[in-house]
Amino acid sequence: MNEEAVKKVILKEDEDYIINMGPQHPSTHGVLRLEVCLNGETVKHMTPHIGYIHRGMEKMAEFNTYKQLIHLTDRMDYLSAHINNEAVCLAVENALEVEVPERVQYIRAILDELSRVASHHLWWSAFGMDLGALTTFFYGMRDREKVLAIFEESFGSRLLHSFNTPGGLMHDVHPNFRKHTREFVKYFRKKLPDYKNLLTDNIIFHNRTKGIGVMDKEMAINYGITGPSGRGSGFSCDVRKVAPYGVYDKVVFREILYPEGDSFARYKVRVDEMQESLNILEQLVDDMPEEGGYTAKMKPVIKLPEGEYFQRVEAARGEFGVFIVSKGEKYPYRIKFRSPSFSNLFVLGPLAKGGIIADLVAICGSLDLVIPDIDR
Amino acid sequence: MNSVVRYFTDIYKGVTSLWTGMKVTGKYFISPGEIVTEQYPENRATLKMEDRFKGEVIMPHDENNQHKCTGCGICEVNCPNGSIEIITKKVPNEQGKMVRAIDKHIYHLSMCTFCELCIKTCPFDAITWGQDFEHAVFDRTRLTRVLNRPGSSLKKKEVKS
Repeated sequence: MNEEAVKKVILKEDEDYIINMGPQHPSTHGVLRLEVCLNGETVKHMTPHIGYIHRGMEKMAEFNTYKQLIHLTDRMDYLSAHINNEAVCLAVENALEVEVPERVQYIRAILDELSRVASHHLWWSAFGMDLGALTTFFYGMRDREKVLAIFEESFGSRLLHSFNTPGGLMHDVHPNFRKHTREFVKYFRKKLPDYKNLLTDNIIFHNRTKGIGVMDKEMAINYGITGPSGRGSGFSCDVRKVAPYGVYDKVVFREILYPEGDSFARYKVRVDEMQESLNILEQLVDDMPEEGGYTAKMKPVIKLPEGEYFQRVEAARGEFGVFIVSKGEKYPYRIKFRSPSFSNLFVLGPLAKGGIIADLVAICGSLDLVIPDIDR
Repeated sequence: MNSVVRYFTDIYKGVTSLWTGMKVTGKYFISPGEIVTEQYPENRATLKMEDRFKGEVIMPHDENNQHKCTGCGICEVNCPNGSIEIITKKVPNEQGKMVRAIDKHIYHLSMCTFCELCIKTCPFDAITWGQDFEHAVFDRTRLTRVLNRPGSSLKKKEVKS
């Protein structure tokens, strides 16, 4: 390659000022290195470097049985651990054509929504903190604690609860589960106005996020942006609506869409989604059957019939997909995870281009990246 | 003219949005309502974890130093990370026949991911969750534990009368 071509590939010039944001930078929320090429304070080019905590989960899963590999999916997107578990369980159940009890489907959906609310709590706290509003961190964490208390009571762990298993759940939920979920919905409805007054209506926050990192619908589709980030660009991609799984076709809810595509639209989608999750929770908790057991009858050793299986679910950050190739053995022949944060990361470069470095932090926060989900 | 109006509306908007935000924080400053923080090391005596809390894997022993583990090794097979090692020995039973019994049930807490498969699959309910969560140690080898106590034996099955 001649010198000209080398320059074109690495997109750097001699006089460029290169700064490494990360791997240990508070605003990247994990070990992500952003190589930022600067001209003054303006970002000329941004390259993400990933793989600092790559654990080889897809390969590891090939040596684990279907029950054992559930706990690996917890450790990808740790904030929506339950939703990731559900994706694998649904794929295995669909492959075996097992009918899980309706009660299990209801419990799974309730836990999905609780996880989503807890995940958005943490995102809201950290997003405010990234932009210099430390108060939001305490307020968000205070409300998230209520959800984690429900989790801890039923599953014994707060974050990585491998509670799903192919065919149902590990245990029955705690007797107080329904009561405490109702209490949480009631509690959080009262706290939502605080969220609006503190951050949504704040003029400094508006100036930091409005018109920053504008992503149009076409761009969102081209980059495969799903979840709240995609819906902030008006891309209707909610798997709960597009391809309903579990009991999501029985509940009434609204898909939140904002067409603006800037950081503020992505913020609004998530805050409105918290409200919408509360509406879903109210319906599910009332309809949840009291009887029906917590697991379907499964063989002790699960062997999938030969073939290929795919299942997608709506995780807190977007579409989470599991693709299993089975050769009829108790281990999967190949497993592929489609994680939302991996796709969402690579739009960060084009969005940050031309803005200032402080905007890069705002865009990075509004995309809501979870680094273990990128590296797997 | 227009810019002058915008200048003053911006100031007005800024002050009002600041005031709305300060009202929320001020409200909690004056009347915090429920205290959500815990004084952790000081409240150790009263701190009670949930019954299902996953602190560590333990093997309950009764007052005669007897446990329920037969050394079948199902937990070892089901563990995804190899955090359980079962070492068995041969001991004579009442009829003088040599049978398999547990010598050491080794549990590596440092490798455990708390997936609960060992406890769930144990056919004898020999192991369960312990509520202890203060696992910080200076030496990594101290996280490797032998779950069955020295001199312990298998609990006899209760004869139905």
